[in-house]
Amino acid sequence: MDKELDSLLDKYRHMQGNTIAILQGVQNLYQYLPEKALLRVSEYNNIPLSDIYGVATFYSQFKFKKPGKFQIKVCHGTACHINNAVRISEIIEEELEIKPGDTTADGKFSLDEVACLGCCSLAPVIMINEQVYGNLDDKKLRKVLKSY
Amino acid sequence: MKHKKITVGLASCGISAGGDTVYKTFEELLSQNKGSGAELGKTGCIGACFREVLVDLTDEKGTYTYAEVTPEKAKEIFEQHILNNEPIKDYLMSDLESSQEASFFSKQKRIVLRNTGVIDPENIDHYIMRDGYKSIEKVLKSMSREEVRDVIKKSGLKGRGGAGFSTGMKWDFASKEVSDKKYMVCNADEGDPGAFMDRSVLEGDPHSVLEGLSIASYAIGADEAYIYVRAEYPLAIKRLIIAIEQAKERGYLGKNILGSDLSIEIKLKIGAGAFVCGEETALIASIEGKRGMPTIRPPFPAVSGIWGKPTIINNVETLANVPYIIFHGWEGFASIGTENSKGSKVFALTGKIKKAGLVEVPMGVSLREVIFDIGGGIKKDKKFKAVQLGGPSGGCIPGDLLETPVDYQSLMATGAIMGSGGMVVMDEDTCMVDVAKFFMNFVRDESCGKCTFCRIGTKRMHELLVKITEGKGVDEDINKLMELAYNVKDSSLCGLGQTAPNPVLTTLKYFRHEYEEHIKNKKCRSKVCKPLLTYTINTEACTGCMACVKKCAVDAIIGEKKKPQSIIQEKCIKCGSCYSVCTFDAVNVE
Repeated sequence: MDKELDSLLDKYRHMQGNTIAILQGVQNLYQYLPEKALLRVSEYNNIPLSDIYGVATFYSQFKFKKPGKFQIKVCHGTACHINNAVRISEIIEEELEIKPGDTTADGKFSLDEVACLGCCSLAPVIMINEQVYGNLDDKKLRKVLKSY
Repeated sequence: MKHKKITVGLASCGISAGGDTVYKTFEELLSQNKGSGAELGKTGCIGACFREVLVDLTDEKGTYTYAEVTPEKAKEIFEQHILNNEPIKDYLMSDLESSQEASFFSKQKRIVLRNTGVIDPENIDHYIMRDGYKSIEKVLKSMSREEVRDVIKKSGLKGRGGAGFSTGMKWDFASKEVSDKKYMVCNADEGDPGAFMDRSVLEGDPHSVLEGLSIASYAIGADEAYIYVRAEYPLAIKRLIIAIEQAKERGYLGKNILGSDLSIEIKLKIGAGAFVCGEETALIASIEGKRGMPTIRPPFPAVSGIWGKPTIINNVETLANVPYIIFHGWEGFASIGTENSKGSKVFALTGKIKKAGLVEVPMGVSLREVIFDIGGGIKKDKKFKAVQLGGPSGGCIPGDLLETPVDYQSLMATGAIMGSGGMVVMDEDTCMVDVAKFFMNFVRDESCGKCTFCRIGTKRMHELLVKITEGKGVDEDINKLMELAYNVKDSSLCGLGQTAPNPVLTTLKYFRHEYEEHIKNKKCRSKVCKPLLTYTINTEACTGCMACVKKCAVDAIIGEKKKPQSIIQEKCIKCGSCYSVCTFDAVNVE
């Protein structure tokens, strides 16, 4: 773990205002921000851990729990909301038996609600890892979930 | 065989509709039929998102647009059109002369989207062929910094990010500052839910934004520029990286641009997800690697921005207009639009609309023209209720104001704002109290927490709205909401807080009767607020299939097999499962 992390820290060493970029790099490495890694970032850059934690908790991109192999993001933008995104969330919560922010016991899926994926013409929309699924209804959604 | 060109629309929407597989299908077919003489390319958003996947096929007779293309259709198109020169009429989007799709394009005026959906965004030559980078050339050869600012001022271009401030004047502020270093920033942190204009421009025509950014940098005397783009837009980021590389190679960016003494370095900053970072001072804090919390203005960023240096922030759409204005002159731009609002505006037209998509209209057309003539009206021909403009900072405009022209002043007068361009259409099935609750939940979540009224006031307002939608509202709640709304407006530092109550205020202004129905009659006319609904079974339509009985989590449905069922109201939790599972329309909702 440490080698990759250190080369990342080296890369950003002399860059002004690098905290967010470093945290994004750390999350790329581990898919979340492990406490150990944040301690290392703090030590290496001589920034108090509380400052780093302050930045990390401010932005919704950063996660403190390991996400599932497949990360499901349910869009709750305006267009999706009026096209029944609430129902989409309910079905996923029912099928996978998890709440937003959680990961299934087998580590396969994790679930998040997001503000807008910017694919409003396809509302309601979900994203599983990088793949977007649009124009969803009960049936189509259950089929998508089964395909994983 | 004659030369043919296949172009697949590959923006995020096109890809998620299956554009990638269609592209791959054509790729395979071409490699199997090397003698076909056709070539394959990609482009950005063609705009007609409601008919994705879109494929343009150009032969000696012209360009044919195929809509809703699947891999199967792609094979047929390839065999009949490419190999046998016979276009498949049934699969065409339209012949643009006679069909209903004609109005979708004919009422538009494409300035910002001039290349989007036409060129391959990953190929700089396509951009150059359409007069790309000619404006920066003109600027460097024949215009002083002051002349550039003057042209932009005279053109009447206003910021397209929401506030609508004169772009040329903004540039003047920064150019007056004496400093060893100045920064230019492109704000691509498109955070309004229901908006995707900037994403489409970045995905479809990244070079126009880069060129606009370079011209702006020259005009204010900056040598370093940032593009602050949301992490949620991976394709836009990818295409920006490609575009920056290509522009550097050709000498349009980097050191000594086109042999002049102008040098500009463009850096990408990937946002980490915070709506408030669309606000200028918060965006600057975020670029500096801090929590994105707004600071008091003055000093304005034009005086003291990134690392205390003069900084100008313009939105994607604003910058994409700049090369057009320089190339065509300010007169060309100022002749479009109205007295006070010049040029065009891009809208992401979504919601309960037939032809959802990306549209660009001249300023001054009415909302009705955009929604009904271009957008084709309401899905399933239901009744129009409201259109939401400007996202969480904007408001809902009702049907009797549909003649309102699209310009900054007229929209402001309704209580909404032009905003960045999200236009979400709502029909009779949309509950306006629920919409207000939705936006309040959003701003409550996104409030940075600095100002007390924004941090706690939005929370209290959201609680009141939850209370009302659960049927627990009392008469005085409306006054409480109003009082809180004005306090949040008056006591917040930044634009997010000052505008946060707008969705509540506009729905109260135009749809107060819906609030009152929720409170007094405990009814939701749009049947959205579940706690206010009553589910019953129509004994004539019910076949006794028992599907609902199995689905009901609280065993509230009783009855014998093959006979009509009934719901015990005391047990019913109003989850709606019986309604969605019934295939005989036997469940009534009141």
